[in-house]
Amino acid sequence: MKILVCISHVPDTTAKISFTDEGTTYNKNNIQFIISPYEELALTRALELTETQGGTITVINVGEAETEPTLRKALAMGATDAIRVNAKPTDAFFVAKQIAEIAKQENYDVILTGKESIDYNGGQVGEMLAELLDIPSITSVSHISFSNEKAELQREMDGGYEKLECNFPFVASGQKGIAPEAKIPAMRGIMMARQKPLKVVEPTEVNNLTEVKIHTLPQPKGACVMVSPDNAKELIRLLHEEAKAL
Amino acid sequence: MSVLVYTENWGGKFKKLSFELVSYANEIAKMYGTNLVTISIGNVSNEELTTLGNYGASKIYSITDAKFNNLSSQAYTKAISQVAKKESANLIIFANTYTTRAVAPRVSIRMEAGLVPGCIALPKQTEPLIITKKAYSGKSFADVEVKTPVKIITLNQNSFKLIEAKTTVSIEVFNPEVSDKDFIAKSIELQKASDKLDVTDAEILVSGGRGLKSADKIGIIDEMAKAIGANCTTACTKPVSDLDWRPHFEHVGQTGKVVAPNLYFALGISGAIQHLAGINSSKFIVAVNTDKDAPIFEAADYGIVGDVFEVIPKLIEAIKELK
Repeated sequence: MKILVCISHVPDTTAKISFTDEGTTYNKNNIQFIISPYEELALTRALELTETQGGTITVINVGEAETEPTLRKALAMGATDAIRVNAKPTDAFFVAKQIAEIAKQENYDVILTGKESIDYNGGQVGEMLAELLDIPSITSVSHISFSNEKAELQREMDGGYEKLECNFPFVASGQKGIAPEAKIPAMRGIMMARQKPLKVVEPTEVNNLTEVKIHTLPQPKGACVMVSPDNAKELIRLLHEEAKAL
Repeated sequence: MSVLVYTENWGGKFKKLSFELVSYANEIAKMYGTNLVTISIGNVSNEELTTLGNYGASKIYSITDAKFNNLSSQAYTKAISQVAKKESANLIIFANTYTTRAVAPRVSIRMEAGLVPGCIALPKQTEPLIITKKAYSGKSFADVEVKTPVKIITLNQNSFKLIEAKTTVSIEVFNPEVSDKDFIAKSIELQKASDKLDVTDAEILVSGGRGLKSADKIGIIDEMAKAIGANCTTACTKPVSDLDWRPHFEHVGQTGKVVAPNLYFALGISGAIQHLAGINSSKFIVAVNTDKDAPIFEAADYGIVGDVFEVIPKLIEAIKELK
């Protein structure tokens, strides 16, 4: 089994979000970057599958040199090797095209992404990649296993689940449930990660389809109206008469 | 030119979200001064399709072939792209749901159309198209320009109001060209998570955090949701879902579901930044917590500092009196 896991490099989930240069640049000062959580779960599941059934896992990121520690973390978790496409990821199409170029040559059986990165929340790269490669894609996958040249998957839908089976190759985007918890790299894994291959490739020329012009932050909320715990009735009255929400 | 909107159905029925979406698409068609064209995929009766005419849908393409009963992202992509080409659509609009997340990015590639997912309002301008989306899991907004002749946007749920616009509907049955290769992923079984209203569909959410102490005790949120009525359901935080006190489909937050109800009751929830990211589009947030310094009070519109197990029964009582 030959698996590719697409990794995005995002601010930690607890990070405060702010922007500089008049809203055009994300402020990276004092921010820790991580593997986007859904991708970390997808990678964890891929590791469980290759541990029992054999195979290799390549992790890929489209990013500048600053993303290498994130790829090293994926190697420390147990991925076989890593590829970094040396470019600023300007939009989902740009990223999908870069990964498609590599995937066309490598013939992966399974390509995993997360259901979305937690920075842009686009959820586009996996499905774009599948369309570029002309293979099936299954989104919001909360379970995946392999048997007899086929994969069995469960995907989340509005108000339910669907169980599917799919022949290789395909793209699946992982979400909560695909693995119970992200694997924490052991010291041995961290030591080994330093020796593992991390290949840097130059990007192919691609024009963006979209461009972020400006980032803004939500308006600060007004003060919270405090109600005494002995007067819960008053709260319900306010919600009914003032907010008209009840 | 035309604006094309894809209206998803759930068991052959539309829901409020479908009508929000058609209202939204109709307003955008007016901005462009073009026709609004609608596409429906699945077994939807003409009577149900006609309800879209209350919000401005006039021409509806209906794909009812049984092959399309289950979602195949490839087949749906081809169907939508073929209608888009037939109608020379310059803008394709989807709701931001599980189904369209599987389809819209593929349509983007097929149509060479820039895609902005998770939009929350009408475009700021149409030439060039600039539109606001949520980013950083609800912690910020991004204004995005689409640079391609054909454009795609997806609209977040509960971010647009219903606008009635009675229109005469014409329905055309459409048979897209697809191949066996588009159905490699095969559906084996569909399971309904529960008969409960989905957290993303509810107008009011009663949500519990670790402050509700145990799987048993947190059951009080069911009681409160029941007292509020049919437009209300229960939700929870990540720790509560991780502890299996509540089912995981109730988990609201950055890594769970992002919601935008009219009213959100945060009960025994301290307000971790990841939870706030999932709820900060709620119109009103009410917090009940013992800790007066809990961050939830910074996000809340109304608050009570007190013991949740003393306050909630009083709230339930007051709600019952109101009804």
